Amino acid sequence: MFRVSVLQTTDVIPSKEKSRCGRVGGVSRSEKMVKQESESANRPDNTAFTQQRLPAWQPILSAGIVIPGFVLIGLAFIGIGVALLVTSRSIQVLELDYTGDGNGSPCSSCSQSTTVNCKCSLNFTLDTLFQGPVFFYYGLSNYFQNYRRYGASKDDNQLYGDLSYFTSPSSSCSPYDYDGSKNPIVPCGSIANSMFNDTFTLTRTVSGKTDSVPLDGKGIAWWTDYNVKYRNPSVTPLKNAFNGTVKPIDWAKPAYELDTSDASNNGFVNQDFLVWMRRAALPNFRKLYRRIDASGDYQNGLPAGNYTIDITYNYPVRVFNGAKKVVFSNVSWMGGKNEFLGIAYLVIGSLCVVMSVVMLIVYAKFKFPDEE
Amino acid sequence: TFNLSFRYANNAIKTSKYNIFTFLPLNLFEQFKRLANAYFLFLLILELIPQISSLSWITTGFALIVVLSITGVKDAIDDINRHKCDRQVNNRKVDVLMDGQLKNEKWMNVQVGDIVKLGNNEFEASERNSVQKETNLKVKQALTVTGELGDNIEALAAFNGEVRCEPPNNRLDKFKGTLTVNGERYALDNDKVLLRGCTLRNTEWCFGLVIFGGPDSKLIQNSGKSMFKRTSIDHLTNILVLCIFGFLASMCSILTIGNAIWERNEGSVFTMFLPREPGIDAPLASFLIFWSYVIVLNALIPSSLYVSVEFIRLGNSFFIDWDRKMYYPKNDTPAQARTTTLNEELGQIKYIFSDKTGTLTQNIMTFNKCSINGKAYGEQVDFSWNNLADPKYNFHDHSLVEMVRSGNPETQEFFRLLSLCHTVMPEEKKEGELSYQAQSPDEGALVTAARNFGFVFRSRTPETITVVEMGRQVIYELLAILDFNNMRKRMSVIVRSPEGKLTLYCKGADTVIFERLHPSCNKLMEVTTDHLNEYAGDGLRTLVLAYKDLNENYMIDWKQRHHEASVAMEGREEKLDELYEEIEKDMMLLGATAVEDKLQDGVPQTIEQLAKADIKIWVLTGDKQETAENIGYSCNMLREEMKDVFVVSANTAEGVKEDPHPQGARPPLWEPLHYGVLTDDLTPIPSSLHHQAFALEKNLRLELLRTACMCQTVICCRVTPLQKAQVVQLVKKYKQAVTLAIGDGANDVSMIKAAHIGVGISGQEGMQAVLSSDYSFAQFRYLQRLLLVHGRWSYIRMCKFLGYFFYKNFTFTLVQFWYAFFCGFSAQTVYDEWFITFYNMVYTALPVLGMCLFDQDVNDRWSLQHPELYAPGQKNQYFNKKAFVSYLIHGCYCSLIIFFIPWASMNDAVRNDGKDIVSHPSFAFLLQTCLLAVVHTQLCVDTYYWTAVNHFFVLLSTIGYFAISVTMYSNGMFYVFTSSFPLIGAARNTLNQPIVWLTIFLTFLLCILPVVAIRFIFIQLRPTINDKVRYKMRTEELPGPAPRHLLRRRSTRSGYAFSHSQGYGDLVTSRKFLMKRSTKRAPLFTQTDSSIFQNQPQHYRTIAEEAEESQSHKL
Repeated sequence: MFRVSVLQTTDVIPSKEKSRCGRVGGVSRSEKMVKQESESANRPDNTAFTQQRLPAWQPILSAGIVIPGFVLIGLAFIGIGVALLVTSRSIQVLELDYTGDGNGSPCSSCSQSTTVNCKCSLNFTLDTLFQGPVFFYYGLSNYFQNYRRYGASKDDNQLYGDLSYFTSPSSSCSPYDYDGSKNPIVPCGSIANSMFNDTFTLTRTVSGKTDSVPLDGKGIAWWTDYNVKYRNPSVTPLKNAFNGTVKPIDWAKPAYELDTSDASNNGFVNQDFLVWMRRAALPNFRKLYRRIDASGDYQNGLPAGNYTIDITYNYPVRVFNGAKKVVFSNVSWMGGKNEFLGIAYLVIGSLCVVMSVVMLIVYAKFKFPDEE
Repeated sequence: TFNLSFRYANNAIKTSKYNIFTFLPLNLFEQFKRLANAYFLFLLILELIPQISSLSWITTGFALIVVLSITGVKDAIDDINRHKCDRQVNNRKVDVLMDGQLKNEKWMNVQVGDIVKLGNNEFEASERNSVQKETNLKVKQALTVTGELGDNIEALAAFNGEVRCEPPNNRLDKFKGTLTVNGERYALDNDKVLLRGCTLRNTEWCFGLVIFGGPDSKLIQNSGKSMFKRTSIDHLTNILVLCIFGFLASMCSILTIGNAIWERNEGSVFTMFLPREPGIDAPLASFLIFWSYVIVLNALIPSSLYVSVEFIRLGNSFFIDWDRKMYYPKNDTPAQARTTTLNEELGQIKYIFSDKTGTLTQNIMTFNKCSINGKAYGEQVDFSWNNLADPKYNFHDHSLVEMVRSGNPETQEFFRLLSLCHTVMPEEKKEGELSYQAQSPDEGALVTAARNFGFVFRSRTPETITVVEMGRQVIYELLAILDFNNMRKRMSVIVRSPEGKLTLYCKGADTVIFERLHPSCNKLMEVTTDHLNEYAGDGLRTLVLAYKDLNENYMIDWKQRHHEASVAMEGREEKLDELYEEIEKDMMLLGATAVEDKLQDGVPQTIEQLAKADIKIWVLTGDKQETAENIGYSCNMLREEMKDVFVVSANTAEGVKEDPHPQGARPPLWEPLHYGVLTDDLTPIPSSLHHQAFALEKNLRLELLRTACMCQTVICCRVTPLQKAQVVQLVKKYKQAVTLAIGDGANDVSMIKAAHIGVGISGQEGMQAVLSSDYSFAQFRYLQRLLLVHGRWSYIRMCKFLGYFFYKNFTFTLVQFWYAFFCGFSAQTVYDEWFITFYNMVYTALPVLGMCLFDQDVNDRWSLQHPELYAPGQKNQYFNKKAFVSYLIHGCYCSLIIFFIPWASMNDAVRNDGKDIVSHPSFAFLLQTCLLAVVHTQLCVDTYYWTAVNHFFVLLSTIGYFAISVTMYSNGMFYVFTSSFPLIGAARNTLNQPIVWLTIFLTFLLCILPVVAIRFIFIQLRPTINDKVRYKMRTEELPGPAPRHLLRRRSTRSGYAFSHSQGYGDLVTSRKFLMKRSTKRAPLFTQTDSSIFQNQPQHYRTIAEEAEESQSHKL
């Protein structure tokens, strides 16, 4: 903004200035310049930076920007909100609680017994096609996977397949680092030890005939977990790598027997294990159990009909007032069903529009600055 | 060897603090003495305890290391510079007399007791007893007994004497000691010693005896004890940090209680999945959680706050140093921020205490008028103001010249006195080319006047003064100099003329001299008093001259007593004062002189501007009341419309108390009081050490303050340096306002040190004021730029910084607080550890620095155009406790949004390929991204002035965040540091989800839009002055510089000639007058702010310049 362009008289601008601003008329004053060069050695440089007049954009909150801005944002939000809501409404979700709290509920007997592999089953009916691809989740509530000590209780190096950590697990795994007779536990730590161990099978009853619904357990974990973060030690057979170690205390079978049928789904890279190890951020969460394999009858999802979920009930949740559920859901571009975002966008968008009207009124009424 | 036995300090000096080996431990120790650093060390230790550690120690360690190393590097650079300086100083060469010959030695090898030789312009290596001749501005004379030695090396080598003196101290103006040579004792006072740091002038060489070396010398004793000033914002910040500590403690307590409840209800039944750690029961676990949360929430205590604050202040100090509009080309002096820690205080000044001479005025003295033997001269002086630039004024009263030439005895005696009674040093390099070096410009002016009138002071030796009187050379024998000081307010010389006549010549303040006159002078005194009043009324500095013929016998006796007194070790000054008092009485009045001290450029405008900015200006001057009053008028402090001028003037405590009472009797009239001249007109009692203005006595202080603060303008006259400081302290203490003292001379040092901010004018009177000041520049008028532009900007920047800094850390930390309710109060951090580490230091560091270095609400010209913009700073409106609470609330709101919107939208959410998304790393990454989006956008809303640098910083930080995140969560990092980067894949698995982006978008708009709306509505409803000016700046062109110089002195009499009744004050302040003039034609003088103008004395505009000038108004 501010420039010195008043170049009045001849002999006052030292050559230093001349070379910088280049606007000085060519009056011959070489002698004086030489003299003043030395005299004004302390003269600060005349740059936009040192003189604090760097060119700058100086926006202000003027009515011309703020009010239309609010209207535009509001309208855009309403648009996005509608789109989200419509998308979310199109997503089908089926949630079934099987904790077994009430006496009438299917799994109440299992929930009260301590029997291993207690069986119970849930029935449900679909009136219409459940559009595929359908995902099969299990959900836990009031379960604190995000508790600090719980979350820290694992050994990344061990899970990366580093054999040296098999014999001496990290102390962060305590008390699940060694068993009572000082044998190292692999995989160590609370997270691994508390791995979810209910299993489900889904059957459809079509005209009296039961048909097992194909479930796909491949690729349900994050790619990075499966390929990078977790790794089996490069020992064949895998069992040998676990020599001298014991399985986690609450596990029924050791890690190298998680899926004996498929080596790429065994040990630490077992998909169920990976899903469980990716600990949830909030105490109520669901984790992917299986995908409905899109083949045969299930090409387009789950057809209408009567279904039964057979549950092997092992995981105790009632002691800590938790709940277990199974969830079937399909997804859209925005993921699973999510009413909140759509509604929030609609509400905020409307508020923006309202706000812009308020501001317009204020502006019209008080209109700064009309008086000095 | 005798001297060695005492182990005197040798001459090597050491100002550096560290060496290579001690640097690390000592510097670390120094740094950990700071509370913030100590706190972080404490945190670090907490983090190393595994049961407590909720964060890896790297997080705090990194911050601590960055802070420590930045400070450490700065300290190291400072210390290296000091080392260099020391080495340079210690290795300077000096000639030392050793074993009968001169040897070239390094400074550090000089010992006490050595005899050294110094050449012209050489620095003093150490303090010494000067053996030969004298130095620069301060006249230093050797004792006759040593002076006789000359440069005879052999005599010097054989010289044997003993010096007894006071122990090393830091008083530059005092020295006591005796030299014993051959059983004879000689007094050594301040005139006989050269201090380290002086430069020799006017002499080819000098020999000296080293008395104090190195650390004992007065220069070193004086340095290093710098007073540490802190700004009010500093104090506030410290209080706030303590509040935050309290806040932190209460939050941690809440969470601890939460944890205890959780452990009882949930944790106890969750033990099958998460057993308790052995040996830790529930209460202990909760107790440990408290400390874990102290760690998690530590960002509440701003770690990098102090470093950033220092950095911003440093930047703003550089801008002051670099400002060309505060550079004075005439003596090549740029403004200098000597203290880099007080900048924002410049934007909060409420009271300015200004010295008059040299600050408001130029301190270039010209002998203007005189009164000789009851006749006034100088009335018809033809002072053409075009001659302003010419430092050599001529006195044009022909009648006076005629009087001198006709041989009028009084007139001749008058000028003889002027040529004899002074301490000026002549320098005559070539025959006839005489130049004077005077201790004060007044003296120089008087001696120059005498010289022009035919009484040329030619040269002096310690015992003679050579004067050419009307072409005839006369050598006077100088018997004694009774020097000037603040208490005596007079000086005398006793000389013997070639005819053998003994005379005492005395000059001094009127009150002092009039008391000591012979009763026969009463009539003359009355006439002279009239003249003096007239001079003072014209704003001139007056001195009264008197003489006394002395009796030879009396003189011998007095001289003897004088010698005794001057070698006394104890009470020397008191004894001398008594002797002086005794001889300086019954003097005959000669006349009075009036010296003009011209006003500096732009002083009235500056004062007007500062007054508009609601800054109260008090002028503290040692001058007479009338002089001060007229200065007040001429520099616009007093104006015609100020009717209720009242003067507090009394000689006793009771009198002072009585005096303001007329106002007290009519309370309604307190209000319209416009201005008061306060004068503590006292008769100084030389023997009293507690010479203090009565009005400053305890019981009257508040009364004085109350009265003075009700006035628009306060002028205190006849104040001593000590009183200046007392006045400043009085206001500082009772008004709780920020004060600034500005002055140029040694007598202002105490005031400069006492005020919150001291400004030194680097001008004529040496460097003492500058050396003790916080800011210095060459002209008073730069003060308006320093305050209204730099001060205001610095204040705004600092407030913005603090506000934003607290806001961003509150937001950051409170998100963790909310998360605690969802993770069982387990001190689980919601963010990734690396994010916590980098948040303050990397991700948000640059944009806020950019804003706080470059932001300006309106540019400099608008700032000056609207001085009222300064007011919010004085009231401390931008950063106070209320503002702090509002930042807290704002941070709280944003953290709620940042936590709960993602929480709600992520609850039970899955990716669009059906996989989980609500894992801890991805949730953390989502919150981090929301947080950064919000705080960066908030910064953008706060930034008024978007330079390329700001754009770059914001972009760099945003891109940097994503780049660093993706890198840290990449496969490669995991392969290399497996356990350090366990959050692999969080970025790529999150950022490819539309739902994540929609959540981020929603969150940050919800945080920002209300702020924008509220600000917009407030601008409409209650616009602040800043809003108004910013709006105006948008819509209007900057008006051309107001025509201000209409007040140009047209009077042919004097710059101060605007007396009370006939001033132009009304005209200046009436807008009509100004506007009418400016429409008719371009103003005579544009503002002198442009750097080009500064080079020139004001001169009348020529026609040729008109075209260019009119351009300047369009800018």
